[in-house]
Amino acid sequence: MSARRIFARPARFAAIAPYLWMVLFFLVPFGFVLKISLSQTAIAQPPYTPVFDFAEGRAALAAAFAQLSFDDFRLLISDDLYILSYVRSLVVAVTSTLILLLIGYPIAYGMARLPQRWQGVAMMLVIVPFWTSFLIRIYAWINILQHDGLLNKILLALHIVSTPVVWLSTDSAMYLGIVYSYLPFMILPLYATLSRMDASLLEAASDLGASPRQAFWLVTFPLSLPGVAAGALLCFIPIVGEFVIPDLLAGSNSLMIGQTLWLEFFTNRDWPVASATAVALLLLLVPPLVLYDRLQRRQLEGNG
Amino acid sequence: MARTVTRITRFNMTSLALGLAFLYLPIVILVIYSFNASRLVTVWGGWSLRWYHEFFNDAAMLEAAWMSLSVGTVSATLATLLGTLAAIGLARGERFRGRALFSGMLYSPLVMPEVISGLSLLLLFVALNAERGFWTVTIAHTTLTMCFVTVVVQSRLTSLDRSLEEAAMDLGCDPVRAFLFVTLPQIVPAIVAGWMLAFILSLDDVVIASFTTGPGSATLPIRIYSEVRLGVKPEINAICTLVIALIAVIIVVASFASKLSGARGESAAPL
Amino acid sequence: MRDVTLGEASAETVRPLSEAAALDMPLLRIEGVAKSFGNFRAVDRLSLDIRAGEFFALLGPSGCGKTTLLRMLAGFETPDEGRILLGGKDIAPVLPHERPVNMMFQNYALFPHLSVRDNIAFGLKRAGMARAEIATRVAELVALVKLEGMEKRKPDQLSGGQRQRVALARSLARRPQVLLLDEPLAALDKKLRESTQAELMELQRRLGMTFIIVTHDQEEAMTMADRIGVMDAGRLVQVAAPRNLYEAPASRWIAGFVGDINLFDGQVVSREHGRLTVSTSEAGPLAVSELWSPVTKEIVSVAIRPEKVKLSRRGPASDEGGSQAINRLDGVVIDVNYLGGVTTYKVKLESGAVVRSSMANTARLNVDAYLAGQRVVAWFTADDCLVLEQ
Repeated sequence: MSARRIFARPARFAAIAPYLWMVLFFLVPFGFVLKISLSQTAIAQPPYTPVFDFAEGRAALAAAFAQLSFDDFRLLISDDLYILSYVRSLVVAVTSTLILLLIGYPIAYGMARLPQRWQGVAMMLVIVPFWTSFLIRIYAWINILQHDGLLNKILLALHIVSTPVVWLSTDSAMYLGIVYSYLPFMILPLYATLSRMDASLLEAASDLGASPRQAFWLVTFPLSLPGVAAGALLCFIPIVGEFVIPDLLAGSNSLMIGQTLWLEFFTNRDWPVASATAVALLLLLVPPLVLYDRLQRRQLEGNG
Repeated sequence: MARTVTRITRFNMTSLALGLAFLYLPIVILVIYSFNASRLVTVWGGWSLRWYHEFFNDAAMLEAAWMSLSVGTVSATLATLLGTLAAIGLARGERFRGRALFSGMLYSPLVMPEVISGLSLLLLFVALNAERGFWTVTIAHTTLTMCFVTVVVQSRLTSLDRSLEEAAMDLGCDPVRAFLFVTLPQIVPAIVAGWMLAFILSLDDVVIASFTTGPGSATLPIRIYSEVRLGVKPEINAICTLVIALIAVIIVVASFASKLSGARGESAAPL
Repeated sequence: MRDVTLGEASAETVRPLSEAAALDMPLLRIEGVAKSFGNFRAVDRLSLDIRAGEFFALLGPSGCGKTTLLRMLAGFETPDEGRILLGGKDIAPVLPHERPVNMMFQNYALFPHLSVRDNIAFGLKRAGMARAEIATRVAELVALVKLEGMEKRKPDQLSGGQRQRVALARSLARRPQVLLLDEPLAALDKKLRESTQAELMELQRRLGMTFIIVTHDQEEAMTMADRIGVMDAGRLVQVAAPRNLYEAPASRWIAGFVGDINLFDGQVVSREHGRLTVSTSEAGPLAVSELWSPVTKEIVSVAIRPEKVKLSRRGPASDEGGSQAINRLDGVVIDVNYLGGVTTYKVKLESGAVVRSSMANTARLNVDAYLAGQRVVAWFTADDCLVLEQ
């Protein structure tokens, strides 16, 4: 393919600047996280004693390896706080992803079934809230959910409840916030696969005697699985490390891992423990990240 | 029988309508309440612009808003430049050494929890002894948002007909000119969409900005966030409405721009 | 042979190479060119000369390597081996944008963001032509392809036929030494295709330009080209004028690929005065003229085109066929297909073999129409038969 080869050289040249940028500001920082997660806490500025200094050369490096401190990781394992917050993060992420799938699938399916000219409009309608600020959307819910907020007023007016219900600082509010924020991320990949599906496949299925329900479960759903996987990963991975939503909407008695990290960093000023938490979180996310990277590459780059 | 399979059912319509209502209602309510005259956010006291006045007299808020707008503009521009270059490398560079690492670095920030990105960048800045403020936040936002630009532009580039570039070469363009004269005009809508996305993501971010900013240079979301933690305030409703209006203007302008540039069937879809 | 002596001579004599090339060499010379994609050999050591002013067609089934060959001429692919000489100079290292060759793409590849005028002017601007000159040249080309009044339209406001014309004008603009056309008519419907074929031929003759067209449609190639190169599996299997290709195909494969043909396998049993008798198991002994080239093998196939097989109830009248030997085969009509201008018949012989015949419907009330089940005589002359080696 030499016409492509003629283009390849200047194209690779174009990639040099972003490549260096990403190495410096994405890859290298992880090295620092790893390094600091292995160092001792200190009350200083910055609040850690460095384990090794690259400037000191290889001998110092070797010496430094001998006194690497795994104390921070030991703390993560020994203290319930960390384990509990990891477990909670996973539970919240799995539950939210399932809820998102249950809500997002019918919406995406409905969109894919609209007449062609309405599909674009529907897609814009789903995307626009995603464009508007995420923080603002969470804040909008606080407005509605607060003690004398709109929701309680309606419930009282309809005589469904007799006293105002506490919504804020509960898990229900947090789940609501997560589902609300991540819904477009679930809908878009699902819609992408569902709308690409050939309608004649369903007609063929019904021609061969499948009921609409059977046609859905035997044809549509299996073919939409790549979209399901993409949507689920696109939601699951960031939800595990979510900070703002649980911080604003959930109660403070149990924390997600992102909150713990934030707390260690900003409140306790324990950078090594915060870094160790980040490393552990990253390790937890490696399998879904790899899976996601593979899906993304297949989608964006085709087969060749 | 065949018709019932492909027709829109009432269930489809209902789920679509409910879904959209769920997405929009909270925002609509917020906008309405920003015009509430009452100090109590939950009691309707008639229409008023009082809280907008309040915001425009709040020096700290205005400073934060200014900070956010400048960080957003600079970082979105940088991100669009770098992200487009990265997209060209991935879409036209064929196979090269380090390609897997490159695409991995570009795709993973899309889903990477912000606490990790924020923390790691902060540690880098501390190690580099960089003074934290405008530039550190801008660099952090550029890093995050250029990945979104890359995805948007790359998907447009891969869907383009390669024979157009060949035709340009056949008619006397070297590869660089073929790109400038033929490819670039066709990816302009994607680049515009990429810039918007980058700007809006920057305008939206709390977590990474909190990690990478320094004392005295808070962005608007950081301010909003700290106010929101203390409870609902009518002034915040007004600020949020202004941000939504700004974003709406950007979307409208951008979609007009992409219509004018003659690209058909190209929505400003971010994903 | 010739180019070897030329090469030696030009090194020593005073005559400059370019002039020598102009006098003795074809415009385009393809020498042992090969190209593989992975394990797939797309073009396999292919050699071909194309003269200036020729309308040459590369014909072959899909995947035979004809498009790859064309793309190598345009510079979009680099040959793994061999040379491509244009006017005596090797253009293999020349990048596509520096070649005096232009291509008309199968999907036209019109720039969607540019108007008709800007599409046509695109190559001229790159050549650094003056503004006024470009305007005249574009106007000239627009008139040439009859698109007056459409200059400001964008490609998506044009019909398929109009787009095809813009693509043609755009590729002609730089006055290329060779114009490459990749399936230029594939996207048009049948009627439009036929009128466009005629226009392309007329244009080529008027401009005196060298056209190389790639097509999988043998009728298109036969209609338009001066010479046709038939490709199969990366090789050129025959290069000939359309008439010769049809009437004297070099192999059974070509005979079957270009048009329809009846084949009878057999053995040469006698030969005298340029006339052979071939004994076939399916059609008995057949008389065949040795017209095109001497038959050297004993085991051969006798081939006869369906339109040369005539049907009659009792066999040919005594004066039909002139002085030639006539082959008569008795059989039963088993299938009749009325196609308008012609009717095709399948006749089953006593051996069980089937002979196809196609007869022009020259009279409206077709008195000679045969019906399925009818006994007929299928006959043809010795001169109409071809002998193909197996």
